[in-house]
Amino acid sequence: MRIPCPWCGDRPLSEFTYGGDASKARPKNPEKASPEEWVDYVYLRDNPAGKHTEYWHHSGGCRSWLMVTRDTRSHEISRAVLAKPQPGGATS
Amino acid sequence: MSRQTNRLPEGGLVDRTQVISFTFDGRKFKAHPGDTLASALLANGIHLTGRSFKYHRPRGIYTAGAEEPNALVTLGNGGRTEPNTPATMVEVYDGLKARSQNRWPSLKFDLLSVNSLLKPFFPAGFYYKTFMWPRSFWYRLYEPMIRRAAGLGTLANESDPDRYETAHTQCDVLVVGAGPAGLMATREAARAGVNVLLVDEQPLPGGHLTGEADKVDGKSGAAWAAGMADELRAMENVCILSRTTVYGRYDGMTFGAVERVGDHLSPDSALPRQRGWTIQTRQLINAAGAIERPLVFAGNDRPGVMLAGAARVYVNRYGVLPGRNVVVFTNNDDAYRTARDLSQAGANVTLVDSRAKEKVHSRGVLPASVEMHFEQYISKVKGRSHVGRVTLAPSGTEIACDLVCVSGGWTPSLHLLSHVGHRPEWDEASTSFVMKEPGDEARAAGGAAATFDLNETLREGSKAGKAAAEACGHGIPGKTNLPKADDLPAYHIEPLWRVPSAMSRADGSFVDLQNDVTVADLELATREGFGHAEHAKRYTTLGMATDQGKLANVNALGILSQLQGRPISETGTTTFRPLTAPAAFGAIAGQARGSAFRPIRRSAMHLWHENHGAVFTQAGLWLRPYFYPREDEDFAAAVKREVLAVRSSIGMVDVSTLGKIELKGPDAGNFLDRLYINAFSKMKVHRARYGVMLREDGMVFDDGTVSRLGESHYFITVTTANASAVMQHMEFCHQVHWPHLDVQFCTVSETWAAMAVAGPKARDVLARAVNGLHLENHAFPFMAVGEGTIGGAPVRVFRISFSGELAYEVYTPAGYGADVWEAIMAAGESDGITAYGTEAMTVMRTEKGHVAGPELDGRTTAADLGLGGMMSVRKNFIGRWMASRSGLEGQDRLQLVGLKPVRSDETFRMGAHLVKDIGVTGVDVSHGHISTSVYSPTCDHFIGLAMLRNGRERHGETLQVVSPLHDESVSVEVVGPVFSDPDGEKMRG
Repeated sequence: MRIPCPWCGDRPLSEFTYGGDASKARPKNPEKASPEEWVDYVYLRDNPAGKHTEYWHHSGGCRSWLMVTRDTRSHEISRAVLAKPQPGGATS
Repeated sequence: MSRQTNRLPEGGLVDRTQVISFTFDGRKFKAHPGDTLASALLANGIHLTGRSFKYHRPRGIYTAGAEEPNALVTLGNGGRTEPNTPATMVEVYDGLKARSQNRWPSLKFDLLSVNSLLKPFFPAGFYYKTFMWPRSFWYRLYEPMIRRAAGLGTLANESDPDRYETAHTQCDVLVVGAGPAGLMATREAARAGVNVLLVDEQPLPGGHLTGEADKVDGKSGAAWAAGMADELRAMENVCILSRTTVYGRYDGMTFGAVERVGDHLSPDSALPRQRGWTIQTRQLINAAGAIERPLVFAGNDRPGVMLAGAARVYVNRYGVLPGRNVVVFTNNDDAYRTARDLSQAGANVTLVDSRAKEKVHSRGVLPASVEMHFEQYISKVKGRSHVGRVTLAPSGTEIACDLVCVSGGWTPSLHLLSHVGHRPEWDEASTSFVMKEPGDEARAAGGAAATFDLNETLREGSKAGKAAAEACGHGIPGKTNLPKADDLPAYHIEPLWRVPSAMSRADGSFVDLQNDVTVADLELATREGFGHAEHAKRYTTLGMATDQGKLANVNALGILSQLQGRPISETGTTTFRPLTAPAAFGAIAGQARGSAFRPIRRSAMHLWHENHGAVFTQAGLWLRPYFYPREDEDFAAAVKREVLAVRSSIGMVDVSTLGKIELKGPDAGNFLDRLYINAFSKMKVHRARYGVMLREDGMVFDDGTVSRLGESHYFITVTTANASAVMQHMEFCHQVHWPHLDVQFCTVSETWAAMAVAGPKARDVLARAVNGLHLENHAFPFMAVGEGTIGGAPVRVFRISFSGELAYEVYTPAGYGADVWEAIMAAGESDGITAYGTEAMTVMRTEKGHVAGPELDGRTTAADLGLGGMMSVRKNFIGRWMASRSGLEGQDRLQLVGLKPVRSDETFRMGAHLVKDIGVTGVDVSHGHISTSVYSPTCDHFIGLAMLRNGRERHGETLQVVSPLHDESVSVEVVGPVFSDPDGEKMRG
């Protein structure tokens, strides 16, 4: 499997570290977030058969965290961009 | 040494000018360079090469390629023993030694062939059903017995002395198979300017052309292929790997292959034996050809029965005639070429075709001398260790013979098209599975695409090469010159999955030769409800041997579909998975074995440790001094001496392995506040503080120290084990959560060598060594940070104590590490400075009640560890909100306590549990567990740290430590976790 790093181009899987589901946003206001929001962010994960957005760290390369869209059925990667705060994600 | 009785007077691609010799089961034989072990044995009249897996039936050479199910031999001796090698793939070199396998005491007389007589009693599923009771007998008696009786070759018990390599390469187009389709594809793609890698498992290019008599462009197929290969080798953008098997396709167009670099040379060759390749490509052209299927009839496994295509290869490529009186039995036109070539080589040939005369296209290729029988099949084979006679049905005609060539049609090699999940479809016209939708990155040509006409194959290969180049964005200039091959009658086939007489009796009609699966086994599987292809495979073990059913699968699916009265398209096929062909572990591991298995990290002071007798321990990739035994000291004595030296005078330990991260930027303090439970943005410059990080779920992640070197300049240490994980976490938090923070950081773990100088004399000794830094307590108090030089080398000094003593951590650029270490050693010599290892360090941190890896096990919160008071309530930090969940508070939590034995001479071990009463069992009897236990020289008895339910409220209580595994129980008293200097006077003084 290869991941197209926006900085480094197509690189082999062995250069990357998996970072889990990227579809969850960290509560924007941690002190105001309900326990349910925290549980959702920390624990609850979908397990789709199909496209899945996930974090990958180019740990053996440029050290960027990427958001990668991967089809869990075929491992086809349709998108890889630099990870950035999710809309509604934490700033504090 | 006997004459090569079956070698033809001329013909073939072997080098007849040279004679080499080899041994098989100790007997010496002659061969020519270019022979395989199989062709050389056949040349010497040897068909019988092995005993079958389950019934120990005599078996002979069945094929001429990698799909060989029977002729598996063991090569080499000792550590070089290589079992289960197909004789058809072994290139003979002078002095080669091969042995048959799965026979005892000898190949001709095998005691376990009694299994064969018991065949009616050994149907599929037999072992599961029979050896069920009594249960314990399975492990003690049945399984070992079955394992000894059934099986292939035996592995060596020594390590392999040969050298292997791994290599990586990239190309635009990977062409697998250097037959007519592969050669044409390579040439066309290369002409378009893309980089092409052509991989072929044989030593010679040409694929099946090396074994055919038919001509291409007026030349022999082999000569045409050799010319093409020369032309391709001269092109800069083509690389050819021969003797290389592509064993698997992986996601993202990555392929694995094994190149047999030195297998065809004597083991004394300086070359590596094999090279494991990782190939990255954009396009795949699968030109791997097709594999011929056997026909299923009673006795179809007898030595002397062979695939029709293979017999042709032995005649045309090796100049070997495997039999004089030959019966060719077929359901298709291809085998007529076998009848033609064997007849022309001088054999008496009889052709038996299951089809009606009018369906056959190829009668015209046969010489008049070949006798033909239509709408007939072989119902019986006579001759136990070699065929002697066959009976035809329905006519009843008997034919004396010494070779039976069979062809059940051809199966395209689809493995590389299927490995990443594409499913093949049944194609009635070619009576085979084909890949109709291989995806945009792969295509097939020739036999692999069920194209069996040579001119069509050449055209298809050329087309595939063009298409692959175009997919890479390269067009083809000019017109393609297609070579012209001899025209042959069209390939026609009529399915014959088993002959009609092989209907319902356990008569030895083998479907899977390598795993001894018969028609009767498939019938049983169907009857018992295991008729789906995937079930039948597992129930009967069909297709599960080293050949992975390359010969057997399609016939089996045909038989299953007949038994179930539904079309093959509904019976389904089993899934193709890598590896397509067996690969040696050595070729996959390459150089990464033994001490080179993974990198070893050594600190800058490693040589000093070695020279001073250190015993090393592994910490991740690091080698760290464990203890430094003197003269006849054992482990315990050395550790005790080291601890007492630190507690009474001075010692020094190498802590270079700590993870070190440097941070700069106006928001560095703010960033650290968000990572740690305690605050650093308000910490004074030139001060250090202990810090704890949580995971987002509120559990403790890591601990270490944070030092402020300047207004916007911090330096942190993290545990050796978590060094890379913490860095990754920090990068995630900065890049994903808070990219607006103006902070830069990088890991400097290797940049700095570090040592801790500890003990009552530490200040005096360090003051003698260091320049430019005042160490008096008022000038440089506990948790102070400063800079100076030692012997001219720059140092950072941190007054940090892990041991609980007056202590300093000294950091210096790694290049100065050894000098600074020795300078401090020299300064401390008069005070008896003692180097101590990680065990003494562990003992002292336990005495001091400092937590470490065993306590930070991912299940403990800061409060559990007694560090709850550090948690700031005035800032947000990772893990704060989840750590305050109600479930993580209260009396049920396991909390950190200290333990000491009630009787001071008793010991207890890590991992043991704490219970109230001995002898009470149940799921809830454990009150906690021991995380760390050591002998404390300071207390002169064992001490421990434990995680105990509601532990902080239970100091003074007596509990039992039990380890049922070791049949141990010890009474202990629960105490506070700090055994040495609880008020911290020593480290602050």
